[in-house]
Amino acid sequence: MNTTIVAQLQRQFQDYIISLYQQGFLDNQFSELRKLQDEGTPDFVSEVVSLFFDDCAKLINNMSKSLERPENVDFKQVDSGVHQLKGSSSSVGARMVKNVCISFKECCDVQNREGCLRCLQQVDYEYKMLKTKLQDLFKLEQQILQAGGTIPQVDIN
Amino acid sequence: MAARDGGVSCLRRTEMIGIGIGELESPPSDSDQVHVLAVDDSLVDRIVIERLLRITSCKVTAVDSGWRALQFLGLDDDKASVEFDRLKVDLIITDYCMPGMTGYELLKKIKESTSFREVPVVIMSSENVMTRIDRCLEEGAEDFLLKPVKLADVKRLRSYLTRDVKVSADGNKRKLVEDLSNFSSPVTTSPPPLSTSTSMESSESTRPSSPVGFISSSPESSTSPVDSPIRRREMKSLGLD
Repeated sequence: MNTTIVAQLQRQFQDYIISLYQQGFLDNQFSELRKLQDEGTPDFVSEVVSLFFDDCAKLINNMSKSLERPENVDFKQVDSGVHQLKGSSSSVGARMVKNVCISFKECCDVQNREGCLRCLQQVDYEYKMLKTKLQDLFKLEQQILQAGGTIPQVDIN
Repeated sequence: MAARDGGVSCLRRTEMIGIGIGELESPPSDSDQVHVLAVDDSLVDRIVIERLLRITSCKVTAVDSGWRALQFLGLDDDKASVEFDRLKVDLIITDYCMPGMTGYELLKKIKESTSFREVPVVIMSSENVMTRIDRCLEEGAEDFLLKPVKLADVKRLRSYLTRDVKVSADGNKRKLVEDLSNFSSPVTTSPPPLSTSTSMESSESTRPSSPVGFISSSPESSTSPVDSPIRRREMKSLGLD
C-alpha cells in the first residue's frame, strides 16, 4: 500500500465531502446514513442513494405528466409526488432537493401550475446535480479502498 | 432493480444481500432476537429503517402498507390467525402518512386486536404536528419519531424492550422494562439500570450501545406527558438534538 497515495486520496475525499455539506448539497442526515455503513456493508450509502435517484426520476416523470395539460392538472397527484420526494430526499440528506420540494408544495397548494413546472424543472436539475457529485464521491471511496486505505470518518459539526 | 410492491420484504434477495440487509427468514435459534415489524410506503425509508434496526440487533420485517402489516400479523379479515400463533412481534414501527391506511388507522387496528394490543407501536412522521402526535399517543402509541429517523432514535426505542421474559402461552407479549401499561404518561420513567441493559446489549449488538443514549433520555423523569416524545420533538425542531 502506497501510504502517500492513500493519504492524498483520503484528503481529497475529505475535502470533497466537506465541500458538499458546505455548499448545501447534503445535510446531516447523509452523515447519519454513513454511520450505518461498515466494512460488511461498504455499498450501503451508494445503494440507498441510487434507489433515491431512481425514485426521483420516476416521480418527476409522473408529475410531469400530471402537469402537462393546463386545463386538466391533477394537483392531488402532484402533491402526492412532492410529498414522497420530500420524504425520501429528507431521509438521504439531499438538502437542495428537499428545499425545492418545500417550494414545490407551496405552488401545489395554491394550484399554481406555472410555479409547479418551474419547481419540477428545478428538482430535476438538483437531483441530477447531486447524482453527479455523489458519483464522484463514491469513485473516490473506491480509489481509496483499492489503494488499500480506509474511508475517513468525517465530522461535519 | 428493487420491486416496488413490497410484500413481506421490500427487496429481492440479491439486492438485500448486496445491501447487507440479510435473510428473509430467521433460523429458530434467533427467537431471542427482538423482532420489529416496520411499515412504510417509501422504499428508501424502508431500507433506511431496516438498516437502522438491524444495526441495533433487531430482526426486521419490512412491509409497504398497513394492509400488508395486518396480513403479516394475521389480522386481516379473511384468514384465521391460527397459523400465527407463534408469530413474535416485539415492536411495530410505522409511518403515519401512507396511502390507503394511515399509520394512525393501523395503530387503532393493532390496539383493537387481542393478539397484538400489547405490542408497542411507534409512529414516524415527517411532520411535527402536535395534534397528530397527541392523537397517536392517546390511541396507545408508545412513541413518536420525527423523520428523518436517526440511529440515536432507534437506539432509544431499543431501550424499551428487553428479552428477559418470554411468555410461552401468548408469544406476542414481551415484558417491557418499565411498566408501560400506564399509557397516560408515555415513557417518562427512567431507563433501565445501565449495567442490566449493557449486559443484554453486549450479547446481541454488533455495536456497543452508547451509554450517552441512555443518559440523555433520562432527564424527562417528570410526570408531565408533555415531556419525553413531545419535548424531544420540540427540541429536534429547534435543532437542539
